[in-house]
Amino acid sequence: MTYAIDGWFAISPEDGVHLLGTSCTACGTITFPPRPGSCPNPRCASTDTQVRPLPRRGRVWSYTNACYPPPAPYVAADPYVPVTLAAVELDEVGIVVLGQVKGLTADQLQVGMELELTSGPLADGPLVWMWGRAS
Amino acid sequence: MHPWGKWGRPFLEYGVAAARAALRDAGLEWTDVQYVVGADTIRNGYPGFVSGASYARELGWSGARVASCYAACASGAQALDIARARILAGLCDVALVIGADATPKGFFKPVGGDRPDDPDWLRFRLLGATNPAYFALYARRRMALYGSTSADFAAVKVKNALAGSLNPMARYRKPVTAEEVLASPMVADPLRLMDICATSDGGAAVVLASEEYARRRGTGFVRLAAVSTVTPLFPNTVLELPDFATDSCAAVPAPERPFRAAITHAAYEEAGVGPDDLSLAEVYDLSTALELDWMEDLGLCPPGEAEKLLRDGRTALGGRVPVNPSGGLASFGEAIPAQAIAQLVELATQLRGRAGARQTANARVGLAANQGLFGHGSAIIATV
Repeated sequence: MTYAIDGWFAISPEDGVHLLGTSCTACGTITFPPRPGSCPNPRCASTDTQVRPLPRRGRVWSYTNACYPPPAPYVAADPYVPVTLAAVELDEVGIVVLGQVKGLTADQLQVGMELELTSGPLADGPLVWMWGRAS
Repeated sequence: MHPWGKWGRPFLEYGVAAARAALRDAGLEWTDVQYVVGADTIRNGYPGFVSGASYARELGWSGARVASCYAACASGAQALDIARARILAGLCDVALVIGADATPKGFFKPVGGDRPDDPDWLRFRLLGATNPAYFALYARRRMALYGSTSADFAAVKVKNALAGSLNPMARYRKPVTAEEVLASPMVADPLRLMDICATSDGGAAVVLASEEYARRRGTGFVRLAAVSTVTPLFPNTVLELPDFATDSCAAVPAPERPFRAAITHAAYEEAGVGPDDLSLAEVYDLSTALELDWMEDLGLCPPGEAEKLLRDGRTALGGRVPVNPSGGLASFGEAIPAQAIAQLVELATQLRGRAGARQTANARVGLAANQGLFGHGSAIIATV
């Protein structure tokens, strides 16, 4: 399996797809994408962060689609199928994460709806995290 | 200014035309200018990256002090801020600030090459998330929170197109109907082609001077009462271009004032005025829906009530506080380094009573606000 980006998500047969964030050992701030090094909280001087898997579910903060093919470096499928995007507020950690949506169109989404993390291939093959219907 | 459009000529030509127009308006010669600041364009090669010197060369090497700066959509405001700070520090009396761009057709794209350490490059590569996609996320969120409709968004375009039809510098000068907006192709649900600003060529420039210099040499001037350029406060809980995620509010609660409201608040504090004092405002209508968000971030009304002000005509020409009387980005399109400067040109034109058919009666205080990539925000307040 080739990932479209290393270190941002992981797929395991037991636990499914997880986004990987960092958490600050001093103040508990969670960050995605993972941010090794300094804590993003300006009142926390800690440089001790740990990578941790983030909750797999959340609620739609907002959503849209791309009716026209996005420009490079996006590789559009041919024929083009509109990409659906959702920004999802993760349970527990208070982060909104943007991702492509798999298997649902914009018409089928609603703000507040629960989604679950999954993965899918970009048009040229590598895997990326995606939001999918909650099981 | 140089008229905005899709002219297909070098950005320097637009910037120099705008600079000469600004100098003419101020009654000054290029050789009077002690400090020239260029707002950079990243699409136009090395001359764009060192735009201050590029404009200076086009105008003729004069030995002026020079600076160039890039802050995405806030570039023009930062260029103004640099010049203003130098004048206020007593290091010079008169400065020329220039911004211009020549844009390709279609979506803005990240800088080329294979650059997986750049979030702006990655958001396209991993998600295909264009700028309109972010505008659409805000628009859909607004619909969910406040019940805004596509008809509300279309009404913003109708208002701005009417104002733009009266502005000889605007690219689009034809009034439009709500039906036309609602029939235009969907780009990023719920935003249609006519809800989203185009990419344009254009240029804008202003002459800034110390008060003493302006009184001695000026031909009618306005006061630049505030230039706020601020970052968001942690945790920024609104998804920001080009980010993949917001900050977490799990350990630290979200700030009282979100980013856009903080930008305008800083300008109000610096100028010593408030929303009630505004005669007019120019805001970043990258999308029709975003103008409604900005009205609330300006403090013109509480969250969720912008549609009411719009429907009552309070933000139209002749209303209590015209918003985007220039026609806004809806009528101009984006020419990134020129935008914030163009906003100030509109404020100055209105405050000097020179806006013709789109003139705001008795304009005394104007605010212009915008937001740049990666957490650059800026607002400008000008007064008579």
